[in-house]
Amino acid sequence: MRDLFIGLFGKPEGIMLFQLIEATQFTIYLSLLAFVLGGSVGALVTLARVMPSRAAQRVAIAYIWAFQSAPLLMLLFLFGLGVPRLLGLDVNPWIAASVALLLYTSAYLADVWRGALETIPQGQWEAARALGMRFLPTLWKVILPQAVRVALAPTVGFMVQIIKGTSLAYIIGFHDLMAIGKRWANAPVEGTEAFIVYPLMALIYFALCFPLSLLALRLERRLGKPSRMPKPNLA
Amino acid sequence: MTALVLKDVCKSFGAVDVLRNIDLTVEDGEFVVFVGPSGCGKSTLLRVIAGLEDATSGDVEIAGARVNAVPPAKRGIAMVFQSYALYPHLTVKENMALALKQEGTPRDVIAARVAEATRMLELGPYLDRRPADLSGGQRQRVAIGRAVVRQPKLFLFDEPLSNLDASLRMATRIEIAALHRSLSAAMIYVTHDQTEAMTLADKIVVLRDGRVEQIGSPMELYNNPANRFVAGFLGAPAMNFLDAATLGGPGGATLGIRPEHLRVTDAGRIKGTVAHVENLGGDTNIIVETGAGERVTVRVFGQYPCTVGRSAALDFDDADAFLFDAAGARLVAEPA
Repeated sequence: MRDLFIGLFGKPEGIMLFQLIEATQFTIYLSLLAFVLGGSVGALVTLARVMPSRAAQRVAIAYIWAFQSAPLLMLLFLFGLGVPRLLGLDVNPWIAASVALLLYTSAYLADVWRGALETIPQGQWEAARALGMRFLPTLWKVILPQAVRVALAPTVGFMVQIIKGTSLAYIIGFHDLMAIGKRWANAPVEGTEAFIVYPLMALIYFALCFPLSLLALRLERRLGKPSRMPKPNLA
Repeated sequence: MTALVLKDVCKSFGAVDVLRNIDLTVEDGEFVVFVGPSGCGKSTLLRVIAGLEDATSGDVEIAGARVNAVPPAKRGIAMVFQSYALYPHLTVKENMALALKQEGTPRDVIAARVAEATRMLELGPYLDRRPADLSGGQRQRVAIGRAVVRQPKLFLFDEPLSNLDASLRMATRIEIAALHRSLSAAMIYVTHDQTEAMTLADKIVVLRDGRVEQIGSPMELYNNPANRFVAGFLGAPAMNFLDAATLGGPGGATLGIRPEHLRVTDAGRIKGTVAHVENLGGDTNIIVETGAGERVTVRVFGQYPCTVGRSAALDFDDADAFLFDAAGARLVAEPA
């Protein structure tokens, strides 16, 4: 692979390009990790946010507020630099970056999903309750199937934010596309100057994000159109 | 056994008292209608019974058990909503079966109950359709079917007909009455429409400002209203209220007389000019404006040629008149 790139583009451009693309996989892994972990925790926070229990709601609201208002960069510093210092041990950048992105993603998705759940008319909850269904079956069988349509497009759209968010992880020593690219840009090698490397990186990020943006847009058109939904007053 | 007992039920939203000291008993198999103008608290009362709202004070008993702290799902009720609130992502069949399935009801029992409701409500052709593909009347029947399959001790209807057009409303009203006869379950039905109340109820509860004004059978309330509010609320066209003093009548501040108890004569106690005529074919409503500026409706059976602007005199039998004091309370004449 590496030789193919060198063969095609020569040195050092071939090496640089290969390394950038190789590093991209870690951007993708970290994004997926953040999405899966953040989504799971986000689902739990969403559940707590809409549960009848006031205490659970308060905890969820506090969680969402705290991690939505904290800048991702600050979370990365905290878990990549602050916590290791506090505990006096080395924390793997993978773990630090995953935890920071998990908190960021879960808080954001919990808010998006709560919003989606709240678009379902209160009457649906009441009808299910007044016809013998308890909270969880109602959520699972009545509310969720309807809310998923609403939530899908913004959720896919948020994956773009996660991918871009992972680029900040270079700051705690995570070796992703951003970290490798930055190293090349700083290296005194002709042909890999900042004005060449960064546009290339932008192109790679674009290649990752654009399909997702397109998908989000199409989902929004397919599912989000009110005409496809039943009339609200009769739902 | 009694289906429902309310004891001194009060409900406030903040400083606003929506329900004040409601006492009510509903017997098994009884059809009770809550009626009143909008904002009288009738829907809130129904929601308190369903458990969708908590009473601020007082007790709710369903089938002999106090249910104040029992969630709606366990109260043995089934509710039909004004908005129908069908599950849009499920078919008609699934809409009816969902709650039973969640409770772990055996499949054959679910199938039998859905089939029974389908037959009763004539939903056969629509079982695999979704609510969005149904007309308003069909949706309403699905909403009723969803309640029927639960075989509840108590049915709750929250203005179920108000989203239907007039012709469908009458047909559905008759269907609900037939349903009640065949199920013989207790039903509570909320409406602002006095016709629905009169035609469906075994017992009407008239509410105003969160208070019970009167409870009784339709004819009891019609023939013997406790106060001016009940007298004016039931009956269409509504009862006429006249200043008793201008009639030189037998005392009281206000005299009430129903439109069908007035007759057009040459020399009546009420004199005025015809302001408007409603020809309904079967009967005719004549609106007469008196010299004092009061509008009086006369209901004449059959067709009645009458021109606007002509003078008219009206009269009535004293026995048909109701007398109210200045506060609206009924004055019952001592038997002579």
